[in-house]
Amino acid sequence: MKIAQQTTENTLTLSLDGELDASSSVLLDTELTKPEVLDYKKVLIDCQRLNYISSAGLGVFISHLQRFQDAGVKLVFFNMQEKVHNVFEILGLDALMTIVPSEAEATAI
Amino acid sequence: MKNAIRISCNRHNLKVVRDFVSTYLAAYSLSDLHLNQIILAVDEVVANLIIHANHEDESQFLNVRVGVEKQVFEIEIEDDSNSSYQPSLYKEPDLQEHIRTGKKGGVGMALVNRIMDRVEFTTTGTHNVCRLYKHIA
Repeated sequence: MKIAQQTTENTLTLSLDGELDASSSVLLDTELTKPEVLDYKKVLIDCQRLNYISSAGLGVFISHLQRFQDAGVKLVFFNMQEKVHNVFEILGLDALMTIVPSEAEATAI
Repeated sequence: MKNAIRISCNRHNLKVVRDFVSTYLAAYSLSDLHLNQIILAVDEVVANLIIHANHEDESQFLNVRVGVEKQVFEIEIEDDSNSSYQPSLYKEPDLQEHIRTGKKGGVGMALVNRIMDRVEFTTTGTHNVCRLYKHIA
């Protein structure tokens, strides 16, 4: 799993590349736990190159969602592959998290 | 085709098991979605056994065997840990509560139960066997 970061004044974009499982999710958790993440208004997760997600990866997002909401930070996923989106759907997480098709839509939120 | 592997209880071996299942099922022309679901269910069980049952003790091993019979995929995962999974204690996760409390774990078995057609856990002494079944026609 590789995580690339891009920032603007109000937005942090994390581009995930690889497979997010019980081994690699530790890296993502470390990134999202950093206090400076809460300085942004939006955290965008670019999932174009995210080929796999397990419950450990989902758990990282679940565990930070309330903290983000409390700080007024929006968490938005975009460019998600169908098989990855399907994992969110199986648990009903697609209804609880903001997932949009494109970066343009994510930016517009 | 190879239908069994033995791995040590290191979470880096999760990828090894996923690739093993993926390679085995390549001959069955499943859709990306269907294949990913089966791999995910296996990954969840193996992760639980490595991390929770065997505490990532690399001197412990899991034996994994796969097969397809009458269009049903079957996988058998064996370990010898003292702590065996108790399906009777399973509770459907309340995701809103998980979000509210910032809980990281506890949704893996929900994925397994929702994806697979049948999930069995048996224990004899300290020998535990998990069997998962999925119709793949």
